Amino acid sequence: MPDLGKLMDIVASRIIAHAEELTALDSAIGDADHGLNMKRGFDAVLADRANILAKPLPEALKAIGMTLVMKVGGASGPLYGTLFMALAKELPAEPSLANLARALTAAVDAVKARGKADFDNKTMLDVLGPVARHLGNGTATFDSVRELAHSRAEATVPMKAIRGRASFLGERSIGHMDPGARSSELMIAAVCDGLEGKE
Amino acid sequence: MQANDKVGIVIVSHSSDVARGTADMVRQMVGGDVPLGFCGGNPDGGLGTDVAKILKAIDEAWSDKGVAILVDLGGAETNSEMAVEMLAPERQGKVVICNAPIVEGAVMAATEAWGGASLEDVRRTAEELSPQ
Repeated sequence: MPDLGKLMDIVASRIIAHAEELTALDSAIGDADHGLNMKRGFDAVLADRANILAKPLPEALKAIGMTLVMKVGGASGPLYGTLFMALAKELPAEPSLANLARALTAAVDAVKARGKADFDNKTMLDVLGPVARHLGNGTATFDSVRELAHSRAEATVPMKAIRGRASFLGERSIGHMDPGARSSELMIAAVCDGLEGKE
Repeated sequence: MQANDKVGIVIVSHSSDVARGTADMVRQMVGGDVPLGFCGGNPDGGLGTDVAKILKAIDEAWSDKGVAILVDLGGAETNSEMAVEMLAPERQGKVVICNAPIVEGAVMAATEAWGGASLEDVRRTAEELSPQ
Protein backbone atom coordinates (compact mmCIF):
# COMPACT_ATOMS: atom_id res chain seq x y z
CA MET A 1 0.00 0.00 0.00
CA PRO A 2 1.62 3.27 -1.10
CA ASP A 3 2.06 5.95 1.51
CA LEU A 4 -0.45 8.61 0.46
CA GLY A 5 1.11 11.24 2.71
CA LYS A 6 4.44 10.78 0.99
CA LEU A 7 2.88 10.89 -2.50
CA MET A 8 0.91 14.01 -1.61
CA ASP A 9 4.04 15.71 -0.27
CA ILE A 10 6.17 14.89 -3.30
CA VAL A 11 3.49 15.94 -5.82
CA ALA A 12 2.78 19.17 -3.96
CA SER A 13 6.44 20.03 -3.44
CA ARG A 14 7.32 19.44 -7.12
CA ILE A 15 4.46 21.64 -8.31
CA ILE A 16 5.36 24.34 -5.80
CA ALA A 17 9.07 24.11 -6.72
CA HIS A 18 8.23 24.48 -10.43
CA ALA A 19 5.64 27.22 -10.00
CA GLU A 20 7.81 29.87 -11.64
CA GLU A 21 8.61 27.63 -14.59
CA LEU A 22 4.91 26.84 -15.10
CA THR A 23 4.01 30.51 -14.92
CA ALA A 24 6.76 31.33 -17.43
CA LEU A 25 5.36 28.70 -19.84
CA ASP A 26 1.90 30.16 -19.32
CA SER A 27 3.12 33.70 -19.94
CA ALA A 28 4.25 32.62 -23.41
CA ILE A 29 0.85 31.34 -24.55
CA GLY A 30 -1.67 32.01 -21.77
CA ASP A 31 -2.29 34.43 -18.94
CA ALA A 32 0.81 33.80 -16.83
CA ASP A 33 -0.94 32.37 -13.81
CA HIS A 34 -0.68 28.57 -14.08
CA GLY A 35 2.22 28.15 -11.65
CA LEU A 36 0.83 30.65 -9.15
CA ASN A 37 -2.60 29.05 -9.32
CA MET A 38 -1.30 25.52 -8.92
CA LYS A 39 0.94 26.61 -6.06
CA ARG A 40 -2.03 28.18 -4.30
CA GLY A 41 -3.99 24.96 -4.77
CA PHE A 42 -1.27 22.66 -3.48
CA ASP A 43 -0.37 25.00 -0.60
CA ALA A 44 -4.02 24.61 0.43
CA VAL A 45 -3.79 20.82 0.04
CA LEU A 46 -0.73 20.77 2.31
CA ALA A 47 -2.46 23.04 4.83
CA ASP A 48 -5.24 20.45 5.05
CA ARG A 49 -2.76 17.53 5.10
CA ALA A 50 -3.71 15.93 8.42
CA ASN A 51 -7.42 16.08 7.66
CA ILE A 52 -6.93 14.60 4.17
CA LEU A 53 -4.69 11.78 5.40
CA ALA A 54 -7.20 10.76 8.07
CA LYS A 55 -9.49 9.58 5.26
CA PRO A 56 -9.40 6.35 3.21
CA LEU A 57 -7.80 6.77 -0.25
CA PRO A 58 -10.95 7.53 -2.29
CA GLU A 59 -12.20 10.15 0.19
CA ALA A 60 -8.70 11.63 0.45
CA LEU A 61 -8.46 12.00 -3.34
CA LYS A 62 -11.90 13.60 -3.38
CA ALA A 63 -10.82 16.06 -0.69
CA ILE A 64 -7.69 16.94 -2.68
CA GLY A 65 -9.84 17.47 -5.79
CA MET A 66 -12.30 19.70 -3.95
CA THR A 67 -9.46 21.75 -2.47
CA LEU A 68 -8.02 22.31 -5.96
CA VAL A 69 -11.46 23.27 -7.31
CA MET A 70 -11.99 25.79 -4.53
CA LYS A 71 -8.51 27.28 -4.29
CA VAL A 72 -6.75 27.29 -7.66
CA GLY A 73 -8.73 30.19 -9.14
CA GLY A 74 -8.13 29.39 -12.82
CA ALA A 75 -9.44 26.79 -15.26
CA SER A 76 -6.79 24.35 -14.02
CA GLY A 77 -8.68 24.17 -10.69
CA PRO A 78 -11.79 22.44 -12.03
CA LEU A 79 -9.68 20.46 -14.53
CA TYR A 80 -7.24 18.99 -11.99
CA GLY A 81 -10.02 18.90 -9.41
CA THR A 82 -12.09 16.79 -11.79
CA LEU A 83 -9.08 14.51 -12.39
CA PHE A 84 -8.67 13.81 -8.66
CA MET A 85 -12.41 13.50 -8.01
CA ALA A 86 -12.81 11.06 -10.90
CA LEU A 87 -9.89 9.00 -9.57
CA ALA A 88 -11.63 9.06 -6.18
CA LYS A 89 -14.79 7.69 -7.74
CA GLU A 90 -12.97 4.86 -9.54
CA LEU A 91 -10.23 3.71 -7.16
CA PRO A 92 -10.73 1.20 -4.34
CA ALA A 93 -9.02 1.84 -0.99
CA GLU A 94 -6.10 -0.44 -1.94
CA PRO A 95 -5.70 -0.20 -5.72
CA SER A 96 -3.78 -2.52 -8.04
CA LEU A 97 -1.99 -1.27 -11.17
CA ALA A 98 -4.95 -2.48 -13.23
CA ASN A 99 -7.29 -0.44 -11.00
CA LEU A 100 -5.07 2.59 -11.48
CA ALA A 101 -4.98 2.22 -15.28
CA ARG A 102 -8.76 1.95 -15.44
CA ALA A 103 -9.29 4.83 -13.03
CA LEU A 104 -6.89 7.12 -14.87
CA THR A 105 -8.62 6.33 -18.17
CA ALA A 106 -11.97 7.28 -16.63
CA ALA A 107 -10.43 10.40 -15.09
CA VAL A 108 -8.99 11.46 -18.46
CA ASP A 109 -12.48 11.12 -19.96
CA ALA A 110 -13.87 13.27 -17.14
CA VAL A 111 -11.23 15.96 -17.76
CA LYS A 112 -12.00 15.84 -21.50
CA ALA A 113 -15.67 16.44 -20.77
CA ARG A 114 -14.94 19.21 -18.25
CA GLY A 115 -12.63 21.06 -20.61
CA LYS A 116 -14.59 20.21 -23.79
CA ALA A 117 -11.19 19.25 -25.19
CA ASP A 118 -9.72 16.32 -27.07
CA PHE A 119 -6.29 14.82 -27.58
CA ASP A 120 -3.84 16.81 -29.73
CA ASN A 121 -5.47 20.08 -28.64
CA LYS A 122 -2.22 21.02 -26.80
CA THR A 123 -3.45 20.40 -23.27
CA MET A 124 -2.79 18.29 -20.18
CA LEU A 125 -4.74 15.52 -21.91
CA ASP A 126 -1.82 14.99 -24.28
CA VAL A 127 0.24 13.75 -21.32
CA LEU A 128 -2.46 12.11 -19.21
CA GLY A 129 -4.14 10.20 -22.05
CA PRO A 130 -1.01 8.39 -23.31
CA VAL A 131 0.07 7.62 -19.73
CA ALA A 132 -3.34 6.10 -18.96
CA ARG A 133 -3.15 3.95 -22.09
CA HIS A 134 0.43 2.91 -21.30
CA LEU A 135 -0.53 1.85 -17.75
CA GLY A 136 -3.25 -0.32 -19.25
CA ASN A 137 -1.04 -2.27 -21.66
CA GLY A 138 0.84 -4.17 -18.98
CA THR A 139 4.41 -3.15 -19.92
CA ALA A 140 4.73 -0.03 -17.78
CA THR A 141 7.76 0.52 -15.56
CA PHE A 142 8.48 3.63 -13.50
CA ASP A 143 11.11 4.64 -16.06
CA SER A 144 8.83 4.08 -19.05
CA VAL A 145 6.01 6.09 -17.46
CA ARG A 146 8.34 8.99 -16.60
CA GLU A 147 9.84 8.96 -20.09
CA LEU A 148 6.45 8.83 -21.76
CA ALA A 149 5.13 11.73 -19.67
CA HIS A 150 8.23 13.75 -20.55
CA SER A 151 8.11 13.00 -24.27
CA ARG A 152 4.37 13.70 -24.47
CA ALA A 153 4.83 17.07 -22.74
CA GLU A 154 7.63 17.87 -25.22
CA ALA A 155 5.31 16.79 -28.04
CA THR A 156 2.93 19.67 -27.20
CA VAL A 157 5.60 22.19 -28.31
CA PRO A 158 4.87 21.98 -32.06
CA MET A 159 1.10 21.61 -31.53
CA LYS A 160 -1.36 24.40 -32.27
CA ALA A 161 -3.65 25.06 -29.32
CA ILE A 162 -7.31 24.28 -29.96
CA ARG A 163 -8.71 24.70 -26.44
CA GLY A 164 -8.00 27.04 -23.56
CA ARG A 165 -6.53 30.50 -23.50
CA ALA A 166 -3.64 29.52 -25.77
CA SER A 167 -6.14 28.84 -28.57
CA PHE A 168 -6.68 32.63 -28.82
CA LEU A 169 -3.15 32.78 -30.21
CA GLY A 170 -3.83 30.30 -33.02
CA GLU A 171 -0.63 29.69 -34.97
CA ARG A 172 1.40 31.72 -32.48
CA SER A 173 0.81 29.01 -29.84
CA ILE A 174 3.13 26.77 -31.89
CA GLY A 175 6.65 26.47 -30.49
CA HIS A 176 5.80 26.59 -26.79
CA MET A 177 5.19 23.72 -24.37
CA ASP A 178 1.69 23.64 -22.94
CA PRO A 179 1.86 24.58 -19.23
CA GLY A 180 -0.85 22.06 -18.29
CA ALA A 181 1.00 19.28 -20.10
CA ARG A 182 4.12 20.23 -18.13
CA SER A 183 2.30 20.28 -14.77
CA SER A 184 0.79 16.88 -15.60
CA GLU A 185 4.25 15.55 -16.44
CA LEU A 186 5.59 16.90 -13.13
CA MET A 187 2.80 15.20 -11.18
CA ILE A 188 3.24 11.85 -12.94
CA ALA A 189 7.01 11.90 -12.45
CA ALA A 190 6.49 12.83 -8.79
CA VAL A 191 4.09 9.92 -8.26
CA CYS A 192 6.58 7.51 -9.93
CA ASP A 193 9.43 8.84 -7.79
CA GLY A 194 7.31 8.64 -4.64
CA LEU A 195 6.25 5.06 -5.33
CA GLU A 196 9.87 4.15 -6.05
CA GLY A 197 11.03 5.68 -2.80
CA LYS A 198 13.00 8.55 -4.38
CA GLU A 199 12.90 12.03 -2.94
CA MET B 1 -44.19 41.44 -9.66
CA GLN B 2 -41.99 39.98 -6.94
CA ALA B 3 -38.27 39.68 -7.62
CA ASN B 4 -38.72 35.91 -7.66
CA ASP B 5 -40.98 36.20 -10.72
CA LYS B 6 -37.95 37.20 -12.74
CA VAL B 7 -34.98 35.15 -13.85
CA GLY B 8 -31.83 36.01 -11.87
CA ILE B 9 -28.60 37.18 -13.52
CA VAL B 10 -25.09 36.26 -12.36
CA ILE B 11 -21.94 37.95 -13.69
CA VAL B 12 -18.64 36.02 -13.38
CA SER B 13 -15.50 37.84 -14.49
CA HIS B 14 -11.80 37.26 -13.89
CA SER B 15 -11.72 40.81 -12.54
CA SER B 16 -13.78 41.97 -9.56
CA ASP B 17 -13.77 45.47 -11.10
CA VAL B 18 -15.25 44.19 -14.37
CA ALA B 19 -17.87 42.18 -12.45
CA ARG B 20 -18.85 45.14 -10.28
CA GLY B 21 -18.82 47.56 -13.21
CA THR B 22 -21.00 45.25 -15.28
CA ALA B 23 -23.41 44.88 -12.35
CA ASP B 24 -23.51 48.71 -12.02
CA MET B 25 -24.48 48.98 -15.68
CA VAL B 26 -27.24 46.40 -15.26
CA ARG B 27 -28.58 48.23 -12.20
CA GLN B 28 -28.55 51.59 -13.94
CA MET B 29 -30.05 50.41 -17.23
CA VAL B 30 -32.51 47.81 -15.96
CA GLY B 31 -33.10 48.79 -12.34
CA GLY B 32 -33.12 46.80 -9.15
CA ASP B 33 -36.03 44.44 -9.81
CA VAL B 34 -33.97 41.68 -11.38
CA PRO B 35 -32.16 39.42 -8.88
CA LEU B 36 -28.46 40.05 -9.50
CA GLY B 37 -25.25 38.44 -8.25
CA PHE B 38 -21.70 39.09 -9.37
CA CYS B 39 -18.16 38.06 -8.53
CA GLY B 40 -14.64 38.30 -9.86
CA GLY B 41 -11.12 37.45 -8.78
CA ASN B 42 -9.38 34.33 -7.54
CA PRO B 43 -9.42 33.21 -3.88
CA ASP B 44 -6.43 35.53 -3.16
CA GLY B 45 -8.09 38.55 -4.74
CA GLY B 46 -5.96 38.50 -7.93
CA LEU B 47 -7.33 38.00 -11.43
CA GLY B 48 -9.18 34.69 -11.80
CA THR B 49 -12.39 33.09 -10.70
CA ASP B 50 -13.43 31.35 -7.51
CA VAL B 51 -16.02 28.55 -7.29
CA ALA B 52 -17.02 29.53 -3.74
CA LYS B 53 -17.73 33.12 -4.83
CA ILE B 54 -19.68 31.88 -7.85
CA LEU B 55 -21.85 29.68 -5.61
CA LYS B 56 -22.50 32.68 -3.35
CA ALA B 57 -23.41 34.89 -6.33
CA ILE B 58 -25.84 32.24 -7.64
CA ASP B 59 -27.42 32.12 -4.19
CA GLU B 60 -27.76 35.92 -4.09
CA ALA B 61 -29.42 35.99 -7.51
CA TRP B 62 -31.57 32.92 -6.90
CA SER B 63 -35.01 32.89 -8.45
CA ASP B 64 -37.42 29.99 -8.83
CA LYS B 65 -37.57 30.94 -12.52
CA GLY B 66 -33.89 30.18 -12.80
CA VAL B 67 -30.55 31.93 -13.07
CA ALA B 68 -28.57 32.91 -16.18
CA ILE B 69 -24.79 33.22 -15.78
CA LEU B 70 -22.65 35.50 -17.95
CA VAL B 71 -18.90 34.78 -18.03
CA ASP B 72 -15.85 36.37 -19.62
CA LEU B 73 -12.96 34.00 -20.43
CA GLY B 74 -12.46 30.21 -20.34
CA GLY B 75 -11.72 29.73 -16.64
CA ALA B 76 -14.84 31.67 -15.69
CA GLU B 77 -16.91 29.26 -17.77
CA THR B 78 -15.19 26.12 -16.44
CA ASN B 79 -15.43 27.30 -12.85
CA SER B 80 -19.09 28.28 -13.35
CA GLU B 81 -19.87 24.81 -14.73
CA MET B 82 -18.16 23.32 -11.69
CA ALA B 83 -20.23 25.55 -9.38
CA VAL B 84 -23.48 24.56 -11.11
CA GLU B 85 -22.66 20.88 -10.58
CA MET B 86 -22.13 21.58 -6.89
CA LEU B 87 -25.61 23.08 -6.44
CA ALA B 88 -28.42 21.08 -4.88
CA PRO B 89 -29.84 18.71 -7.54
CA GLU B 90 -33.19 20.55 -7.68
CA ARG B 91 -31.36 23.80 -8.52
CA GLN B 92 -28.95 22.44 -11.15
CA GLY B 93 -31.54 22.27 -13.94
CA LYS B 94 -32.51 25.90 -13.36
CA VAL B 95 -29.12 27.46 -14.08
CA VAL B 96 -27.71 28.13 -17.55
CA ILE B 97 -24.37 29.58 -18.66
CA CYS B 98 -24.84 31.94 -21.62
CA ASN B 99 -22.47 31.99 -24.56
CA ALA B 100 -22.49 35.78 -24.85
CA PRO B 101 -20.24 38.79 -24.31
CA ILE B 102 -20.27 39.50 -20.59
CA VAL B 103 -21.25 43.20 -20.50
CA GLU B 104 -23.72 43.35 -23.38
CA GLY B 105 -25.01 39.88 -22.50
CA ALA B 106 -25.67 40.81 -18.88
CA VAL B 107 -27.56 43.98 -19.84
CA MET B 108 -29.62 42.23 -22.53
CA ALA B 109 -30.33 39.20 -20.34
CA ALA B 110 -31.38 41.42 -17.44
CA THR B 111 -33.64 43.47 -19.73
CA GLU B 112 -35.32 40.30 -20.95
CA ALA B 113 -35.56 38.95 -17.39
CA TRP B 114 -37.14 42.21 -16.20
CA GLY B 115 -40.01 41.67 -18.64
CA GLY B 116 -40.75 38.29 -17.05
CA ALA B 117 -39.23 36.10 -19.78
CA SER B 118 -38.44 32.43 -19.22
CA LEU B 119 -34.90 31.27 -18.53
CA GLU B 120 -34.63 29.89 -22.08
CA ASP B 121 -35.74 33.22 -23.57
CA VAL B 122 -33.29 35.13 -21.39
CA ARG B 123 -30.49 32.90 -22.56
CA ARG B 124 -31.52 33.16 -26.23
CA THR B 125 -31.62 36.96 -26.05
CA ALA B 126 -28.13 37.10 -24.56
CA GLU B 127 -26.74 34.58 -27.02
CA GLU B 128 -28.09 36.51 -30.04
CA LEU B 129 -25.18 38.87 -29.36
CA SER B 130 -22.62 36.13 -30.11
CA PRO B 131 -21.36 35.66 -33.65
CA GLN B 132 -22.99 32.55 -35.07
